[in-house]
Amino acid sequence: MSVEVRLPTLLRAAANGSSRVVVEGDTVGEVLKSLEQAHPSLSGQVLTEDGTLHRFVNVYVDDDDVRYLDGLDTKVLDDSVVSILPAVAGGA
Amino acid sequence: MAVHPGVLSLIGNTPLVDISALSPNPSAKILVKLEGMNPGGSVKDRVALSLIEDAEARGVLEPGAILLEPSSGNTGIGLALVCRLKGYHLKVVLPTNVSIERRQLLEVFGAEIIESPGSEGSNGAVRLARRLAAEHPEWAFLYQYANPANPRAHYEGTGPEIYRDCPEITHFVAGLGTSGTLLGVGRYLKEQRSDIQVWAVEPPTGEMVDGLRNLDDGYVPPIFLDLGGEKLLDRKTVVGPRDSIAWTRRLADLGVFAGISTGAALAGAVRCARQVESGTIVIISPDGGWKYLSSDAWTGDLDEVAERATKTIYF
Repeated sequence: MSVEVRLPTLLRAAANGSSRVVVEGDTVGEVLKSLEQAHPSLSGQVLTEDGTLHRFVNVYVDDDDVRYLDGLDTKVLDDSVVSILPAVAGGA
Repeated sequence: MAVHPGVLSLIGNTPLVDISALSPNPSAKILVKLEGMNPGGSVKDRVALSLIEDAEARGVLEPGAILLEPSSGNTGIGLALVCRLKGYHLKVVLPTNVSIERRQLLEVFGAEIIESPGSEGSNGAVRLARRLAAEHPEWAFLYQYANPANPRAHYEGTGPEIYRDCPEITHFVAGLGTSGTLLGVGRYLKEQRSDIQVWAVEPPTGEMVDGLRNLDDGYVPPIFLDLGGEKLLDRKTVVGPRDSIAWTRRLADLGVFAGISTGAALAGAVRCARQVESGTIVIISPDGGWKYLSSDAWTGDLDEVAERATKTIYF
């Protein structure tokens, strides 16, 4: 699958300033690994060294947080949009 | 109608209203709990009273105590109301990019406002409040993001009210800020019937966190970690400002005048209704529309209002 990944402002510098990157993968984990291969400066920023999601990163497939789907095994489709957003304090 | 001894006894017991006319699925009902009916105008009155009564019971608050709290508005307003009645002084760390009405209401109840950079969103308010609390151990820092008295207000109040009024509930959908509402109501509901699903809705943390320097400045509320939030939630979904405002407008068609985060919760409920065969979805309306009139949310061009909303905190 060819999937669009949207990057937060914070990570764009490590991706040559891009806010959107198109990469290959059938699952969220594969997509994020392809993203790291395309932009090695992102290594360790989204996925940790042991291959899990960084604790202050949320990843969404079409607006759904993958932690509540199948995590890194969540399937993606050709028209899926994968968004990466930093976990920050919400309004209260 | 009974005479109340004061406004604090008006907190809670809010009405549940059927808004199924907005459901895309005729077999999925949607009900909204109107927390804007609380005396301070939001769901946070419950939390404010719970935080202060808990601190009093623990002997943390001397008469005339000074309290410090980060808030994008509603908790601050609730705390300001309770503090005024009980003779405490409140300092609220408030991001600069909240609606003018939020500031005005804090001033109505005599709170002192300490500004935090709008570009850092609520994250910046939390960080500044934590720093000030460390510098001023003489101030009471009740810290809603880490205080179990926050979700307890919902476990003991909001949750039982929902189940009492709607025992047929199948899904609970609410916004995620401190996570107090979701944790408290969600846990109570799942204890009644483990098949009830709990869905969180959050705004995109997009351009508003440009002030974030690196990912290690990120934040997950301590209560969410301490109380097993990740295990409790069944879904978490992002709703952007355009959808939030569009659904807030649709609510007005039914006479429900609600704040923009209610539109976000409703957008989440609509998404849920499209995915289930049948059910009864209960959403929380955290506040009424009064504090958002200056944003032209109902009257302005939808694209322009939505664009401006990306720069402000409406949760």
